[in-house]
Amino acid sequence: MMKKLGVLVVIAVLGAWARPEQPPAQQPPPPPPTQQPSEITTTISGEAGAPPRLAVPDFIAITKDKESVDTARTIGQVLWDDLNFEREFSFIPRDVIATVPAATSFNDVPFDRWRELNADGLIVGTVEKTGNGFKVDMRLYNVRTRQMAYGREYTGSNARLFAHTMSDEIHQTQRALRGVARTKLTFASDRDGERMTGTVEKRETKEIYIADYDGENQRRVTVGRTLNITPRWSPDGRSIAYTSYRRGPPQVFISNIFQGTLEEATKGERVGQNWLPAWSPDGQRICFGSTRDGGSSQLYVINRDGSALRRLTNDKWVNTTPTWSPSGNQIAFVSDRTGSPQIYVINADGVGAPQRISTSESYADKPAWSPPPFNEIAYTARTGPGNDIKVIDTPTRVVRQLTFGEGTNESPTWAANGRHLAFMSTRSGKSQIFTIARDGKNLKQVTKAGNNQQPDWSR
Amino acid sequence: MKRMAKRLAVMSLLAAIGCHKNVPPVARPTPPPPAPTTSPAPRPPSPPEPVAEPTIVPPEPVRDDAIASASLDDLNRNSPLKPVFFALDSDELTSEAQKSLDEDAALLKRYATWAVTIEGHCDERGTAEYNLALGERRAVAARAYLVSLGVPADRLRTVSYGKEFPFDPGHDESAYSKNRRAHFVVTAK
Repeated sequence: MMKKLGVLVVIAVLGAWARPEQPPAQQPPPPPPTQQPSEITTTISGEAGAPPRLAVPDFIAITKDKESVDTARTIGQVLWDDLNFEREFSFIPRDVIATVPAATSFNDVPFDRWRELNADGLIVGTVEKTGNGFKVDMRLYNVRTRQMAYGREYTGSNARLFAHTMSDEIHQTQRALRGVARTKLTFASDRDGERMTGTVEKRETKEIYIADYDGENQRRVTVGRTLNITPRWSPDGRSIAYTSYRRGPPQVFISNIFQGTLEEATKGERVGQNWLPAWSPDGQRICFGSTRDGGSSQLYVINRDGSALRRLTNDKWVNTTPTWSPSGNQIAFVSDRTGSPQIYVINADGVGAPQRISTSESYADKPAWSPPPFNEIAYTARTGPGNDIKVIDTPTRVVRQLTFGEGTNESPTWAANGRHLAFMSTRSGKSQIFTIARDGKNLKQVTKAGNNQQPDWSR
Repeated sequence: MKRMAKRLAVMSLLAAIGCHKNVPPVARPTPPPPAPTTSPAPRPPSPPEPVAEPTIVPPEPVRDDAIASASLDDLNRNSPLKPVFFALDSDELTSEAQKSLDEDAALLKRYATWAVTIEGHCDERGTAEYNLALGERRAVAARAYLVSLGVPADRLRTVSYGKEFPFDPGHDESAYSKNRRAHFVVTAK
């Protein structure tokens, strides 16, 4: 009986794990807000070019149990952080908010007080416990007109996911901006401290982890008990390709994280070493480096099921670390044909000579091509004893630098809207993942446990 | 009489000449004697032969070879195969590295059943991604040199760990110089 219960619990947990996280909204295809008669299409503006000034007080717990109260508080605070991340709004400070009497429903919102504080917009939300979760009602008011500019009801159970969803919708409807609050990071970590087998030296395994964009909710997704590095999200966010040493020599594996299944993209006899997978924008193909034909690492493209292998480069130099252009027509990569690693661009079909992109660096690696509307390539550059993150504008070749010699900084990756990057830095001691705005501001450390490296940001 | 004597002399001379023509029959008996003299000699000592006890001879220097008798783990813990070190960003074998590989090659020829994986490693100054390829070039450089010295290529595999497994976790040149290496692991013996 106990045993059976245990099995059931495990199944329930596995079931919860296997299910992809859905936005709390119940209807799978949420109709565009503009078509909802209850929703108003106005946008809130600030004064004369200034960003709109928002008040985001804690949500109102309609049901008074502790869970509801905690959820109401968490949603308000996370929503604040999410909205603040894109810097599209300014905010009434939290200590000022504390001086305004809290509303108990949508009917007693003290608009006069918010008006006095020069708020342009006000977010009011209610949280009500339901059978297996919460019903959350969120409304964004124009403080001057006291009319709702955007509003929606959500059901679900994950407080942070409620907030992330609201933030993305507010950015979309109010600022025509694709927010990244629901995107995720993946990275390799040695935090488990497990020892590698098959070696007499003291070597620790690295496993692939995922986390919310803000570093919360970190979870391990591989159990290789070996070296797993260089993870990359598939464009649909359902799979992660990475370099794994579980077969001895490194190979490209794909973990389908919501199904718990594993694919081997570079399976076969005499396939050499394979590393640094990069998904094509349509998610159908993977470009990677391989020594399968002998000699130095060369670039190959393969279908994700391991079929249709095609060789892109063919010379005696190292060709490695690929990244696709957003259109999928070109691939930026690293070659040491001039004696030091530098960044080049080649047509994705391999036709034509590679074009050198990095011309002012002694050493450059890990290009990451930005999503539109930008056309930039971020990379790691040797700037002294350590490395720094730089960005080159592809058409103009203008270079700007984002980090300045605090520790070593490596492996940049772009957020889906091109407004942020994540990278690895040793500035706080161990190797940790940081996020930074595209202008070099708003640096934020998102990992703390163990060493963490090679972040990749989901689309 | 004198004539007789003369004729005799001529005849004897002729005979002598004739005799010369018939030398083989005369010579024949002479070679055989030495042959028979040798063959009868061993015949007498042959009976004592079975008494010999040659089994005592091999208390063997092979047993004293700690390398041959060690387990794979012990072997790799105190590896007789010396690692090779490289300069920053380089996969070139220095003369020192070549000397060390000469000794490794001699060992690999002596223990001809060993299969060895050559690991390429890098220091932390290079980037994690490019270091995968650089580590591989270092392992390949060491392998090519050993093969040129006559070690069969199929006994030598390569793997690159980039900068994932530094030998010395320090952050200075003395650590870095130990980390830029090709490291040998015996995988079968």
